[in-house]
Amino acid sequence: MSALYEPRGAWRTLETTAAWLLGAFWILPLVYAAWTAFHPSEYSARFDLFAPWTLENFNRAWEAAPFARYFLNSFLLVTMVLAGQLVLCTLAAYAFARFEFPGREVAFLLVLVQLMILPDVLIVENYRTLSKLGILDSIPAIGLPYIASAFGIFLLRQTFKTVPRELDEAARVEGAGWFTVLMRVYVPLAKPVYLAYGLVSVSYHWNNFLWPLIVTNSVHSRPVTVGLQVFSSGDQGIDWSIITAATLMSSAPLLIAFLLFQRQFVQSFMRAGIR
Amino acid sequence: MRNGAVTGWLLLLPAAALLVLFTHWPIVGSVWDSFYSTPKGSRPPVFIGLDNYQAMVADEVFWKSLWNNLWFALGTIPVSIALALAMALWVNSTMRGRTWLRMAFFTPTVLPMIAVANIWLFFYTPQYGLLEKLTTALGFGTHNWLGSESTALACVIVVAIWKEAGFFMIFYLAALQSIPPSLSEAAALEGASRGYYLRRIVLPLLMPTTLFILVNAVINAVRMVDHIIVMTKGGPNNATSLLLFHVYQVGFSFWDTGYAAALTVVLLVVLAVAALGQFVFLDKKVHYQ
Repeated sequence: MSALYEPRGAWRTLETTAAWLLGAFWILPLVYAAWTAFHPSEYSARFDLFAPWTLENFNRAWEAAPFARYFLNSFLLVTMVLAGQLVLCTLAAYAFARFEFPGREVAFLLVLVQLMILPDVLIVENYRTLSKLGILDSIPAIGLPYIASAFGIFLLRQTFKTVPRELDEAARVEGAGWFTVLMRVYVPLAKPVYLAYGLVSVSYHWNNFLWPLIVTNSVHSRPVTVGLQVFSSGDQGIDWSIITAATLMSSAPLLIAFLLFQRQFVQSFMRAGIR
Repeated sequence: MRNGAVTGWLLLLPAAALLVLFTHWPIVGSVWDSFYSTPKGSRPPVFIGLDNYQAMVADEVFWKSLWNNLWFALGTIPVSIALALAMALWVNSTMRGRTWLRMAFFTPTVLPMIAVANIWLFFYTPQYGLLEKLTTALGFGTHNWLGSESTALACVIVVAIWKEAGFFMIFYLAALQSIPPSLSEAAALEGASRGYYLRRIVLPLLMPTTLFILVNAVINAVRMVDHIIVMTKGGPNNATSLLLFHVYQVGFSFWDTGYAAALTVVLLVVLAVAALGQFVFLDKKVHYQ
């Protein structure tokens, strides 16, 4: 907003205080969890400013469950999903943006259905389908329902539509086929959108829980979110220091990436939101 | 484009195949299966007409979940939208510490819901939790926040608000930054007060964004159950059971897939109504083109 309509005087102080209080409240649970995770477990019950710091909780969590494998699974999952999404959504978006074919409008409306009805709510039927395909309890099973992403198709179609036709036609005059045009003209121009979509997709699938919980059943396919749940609801007793350590550990890759690249994250989410 | 028809369809084909398999087919399948009994062992499903729906009408947990979900939506949506707007206005101002504020507000968005649930579970824990310590320090008695029917739903509502408000803030922020400065200059020239400017110029300009957020919030209210699984498992006495959680329990704890399909149909109807609302109200220019 322009500086003309900034709050002034006492009102400004009031708003600043309110904003800071809200900000403090927003960060408090996280800080509390971090404090617990970095201190010996006897301090999880009582706060002491001079309690010794330790990494012991992280060590114990790491050793108590196959977190390395869970991280690998999550990494494979988000990579596979994103790669699949980029290819499929690019092709479909290009078709919608630049090709005339019968049934295009209807097909596009059918794609938009998935904006409202996400695979997240179709768990019963999708489980049945995957069990018929015989690929339950595998990483592809977690990712498959999400690969044809309506959101990705929509976002890229909007972007491709803004590319001037002249660029497209100039390339074609020089004899380039559709694939060359797509790779040389459209994809490079959409780079920021790809980055935005990539960040949103990676954080969505790294964080996804219900569907992976349902389809996976073993250490070999569980992503880190499900691994964390199995770990913290297991026979640990309730040692909050270790559970919070495991919790922070599982969120760490995204959290650290976010803290390092805050601006890019926020701008990407903004870009993906405007569409 | 010359002979584009075939190429167009071919380009669309891979995405279309997966969409049909994992979105359209399961939608149709849910409706279809809701009229059939659950296959047991070697016994194939039989057509039972509306029996599943009759069972639903008689299912107390279903009604409880439906009401809970309604309260969950009413509790989370208005508050998180209002907070998101306030956050966006603050972060977008020249206020001191706004970068820090933006980070604080947005951080919950990048955390997995299950991590968020774990953190808040600890926050709410009887005796050990921070909340208990604050209330006992202030002289109130102890209270099992997640363990009593009267407070459990409110507790999960707070968690949902904490998780999504910062996410919605981003959309408002984007919209605020696209408001041309000439508008505020013109308003200032006319001597409009800040309240007037916010109410009469900024808010109307943000309406499409608000509707967009509203639709997303409705989808989230239907979709978000991760924290229920971690924090309360629908309890105590189904006080925090939401519709999708009920589907999950019926489908994957009791393995009553026929009935779970019928429950899914209810979810789909809710989402379809939200979609219709969006279609009727939302400015097409903003959304589709």
